[in-house]
Amino acid sequence: MAKVKVFVPRDSTALSLGANRTAVAIQAEAEKRGIDIELIRNGSRGVFWLEPMVEVETDKGRIAYAPVKPIDVAGLFDADFLNGGEHALNLGLTAEIPYLKNQQRLTFARVGITDPVSLEDYLAHDGYKGLTNALAMTQEDIVKAVTDSGLRGRGGAAFPTGIKWNTVLGAKGEQKYIVCNADEGDSGTYSDRMVMEDDPFVLIEGMTIAGIAVGATQGYIYLRSEYPHALHILNEAIAKAVAANYLGDDVCGSGQAFHLEVRRAAGAYVCGEETSLLESLEGKRGLVRFKPPLPAIEGLFGKPTVVNNVISLATIPIILDKGAQYYADYGMGRSRGTLPIQLAGNIKQGGLVELAFGVTLRELLYDYGGGSASGRPIRAVQVGGPLGAYLPESQFDTPVDYESFAKLWAVLGHGGIVAFDDTVDMAKMARYAFEFCSIESCGKCTPCRIGATRGVEVMDKIKSGKDHAKNIQVLRDLSDTMLNGSLCALGGMTPYPVISALNHFGEDFGLNVSIDKKLNEKEGVA
Amino acid sequence: MGISLVNKLSDSDLKKIESHIFAHQGVPGALMPLLHAVQDDIGYVPEEIYPQISQALALSVAEVHGFVTFYHHFRTHPVGKHVLQVCRAESCQAMGSEKLESEIKAKLGIDYHQTTMDGEVTLLPVYCLGNCACSPAVMMDDEVYGRVDAQAVADLVSEVSNG
Ligand code: FES
Repeated sequence: MAKVKVFVPRDSTALSLGANRTAVAIQAEAEKRGIDIELIRNGSRGVFWLEPMVEVETDKGRIAYAPVKPIDVAGLFDADFLNGGEHALNLGLTAEIPYLKNQQRLTFARVGITDPVSLEDYLAHDGYKGLTNALAMTQEDIVKAVTDSGLRGRGGAAFPTGIKWNTVLGAKGEQKYIVCNADEGDSGTYSDRMVMEDDPFVLIEGMTIAGIAVGATQGYIYLRSEYPHALHILNEAIAKAVAANYLGDDVCGSGQAFHLEVRRAAGAYVCGEETSLLESLEGKRGLVRFKPPLPAIEGLFGKPTVVNNVISLATIPIILDKGAQYYADYGMGRSRGTLPIQLAGNIKQGGLVELAFGVTLRELLYDYGGGSASGRPIRAVQVGGPLGAYLPESQFDTPVDYESFAKLWAVLGHGGIVAFDDTVDMAKMARYAFEFCSIESCGKCTPCRIGATRGVEVMDKIKSGKDHAKNIQVLRDLSDTMLNGSLCALGGMTPYPVISALNHFGEDFGLNVSIDKKLNEKEGVA
Repeated sequence: MGISLVNKLSDSDLKKIESHIFAHQGVPGALMPLLHAVQDDIGYVPEEIYPQISQALALSVAEVHGFVTFYHHFRTHPVGKHVLQVCRAESCQAMGSEKLESEIKAKLGIDYHQTTMDGEVTLLPVYCLGNCACSPAVMMDDEVYGRVDAQAVADLVSEVSNG
């Protein structure tokens, strides 16, 4: 009889909830009972509220048991879970769990299903089909497919990926580079980490296609230092890709070279900004560069460089596999395709939800998220990381779409949604936004360097009630200066969380909202 | 409070550092991977090796110094046997990390960037561990722990201290 396959995730979040202990317990119990099982350490499905989630392969498909603690393991064996037996933790077929079933997983198609470091598994699940197609196309046609798909930078700036590639393709230069921005530092986001830990080959394939499309032979993944597991998994996957000729001097016998290396970052948030990242990769302090020149023309070591985020690059293979139109058919307006959304903070059912653009915040927070973890009302959400605006309940019907968010003076950023219940003090969150900016400022421009520190002081004055009206005005003026005068998004967007908190939650700033609310709304930003 | 650990480079440390410097010569943008290699190996980046590094990579000592101080990850002093990072970012705040921080500090009797008297644990702040679906989160050495409370962290500390 073939060994039963048992899956226990190795994703960091699953590990953070004890997945290793569960795996050890299952192996030990199987040995004790003399049962031969094949234990596979898959990625996580991203249903993090159910981790550690154990799956068993049966004739009917994979059956999930979750969450499984070591103490549950003996009982699972007693209940014959290896054949999908009944048990309180039995959730039925994994694919039928509504949280997963209702998603539209394109970029995350394989995540949680496969063994992340098995190239065979990757190939068996449509891996490298995109590259195979790309190798039969002209460079122009690959770039055109990316342009036609409507894919926009998923790191935050939402710039059309195809246009970036086209600039690099057209740029003259013996040496060009593909740089993957994996410095995912936004609170509330973990989709980059999941791709790298749970399906690293899709990123490798996406970068290889990018290299071939624009004529770059060297790629770098600039990975944040807080992700040690991702580092090891990526390096293991890269070594396997090299051994199988998917990377190297002659990719798949095409005569084209593409080499890939992971470079660790060192805990500077500002290095998520692309020019600062390039400085850092060159071995310098991560000071933001003036633009122009664009990195596409003069990027890494002064050479034409594509800088894309992990999710953007990991989405390339499916576009080249299924075609631009297939991808573009998802979404709304100018936001084409899907967005891997990350539910975080005070949320009952935190996890990765990939859906076409157009889903509303309310659907995400309640239909998927199940409301707050504390059981109290959700009062505010911050979307798009520490530089994203806070949205009040009255804006929860906003669809996830770049333009709809822009209209509210908010951003989608990297698709992270952090929920706060009604115990949150929004003035404190505004103060924290300044504090974070002051810790992370690269110091090159004055509005950011000085503004952030001044912001903390002003918030302290506002909270103490001293010269209240005057200081609220100072807060607005200061935000205006940072917004318009900063060199990059760190200083330039810190006003987003600050002013949105002030405008929507004025009562926390000591304002008499009944009078001031209308005024604030009229005044708008700053 | 907390213990202060002295910088003392042994001969074997110096040998290791030398070999890392040698291995990184000619690598494009070598400074970052070199410093990672040094810190991974001996726990910190000693200031007394700046001249060596600057010579090998054709940089000024000031450039090396500026680089090390720019990045939060690098430290110029030894740390305890284990490093405990507590996430201070928004998602963890939404799940009570502020209270957790002060409880951990009280329990360990140290503030951030300090090391417990037994030299076991150095406490550091961190801004997101990518574990935001299960906040609050901490990281002990290379492992993340989710949905923790002060008791769970205390258990973790005694586990590594005895292990
Ligand atoms: S905010 Fe704490 S893990 Fe992301």
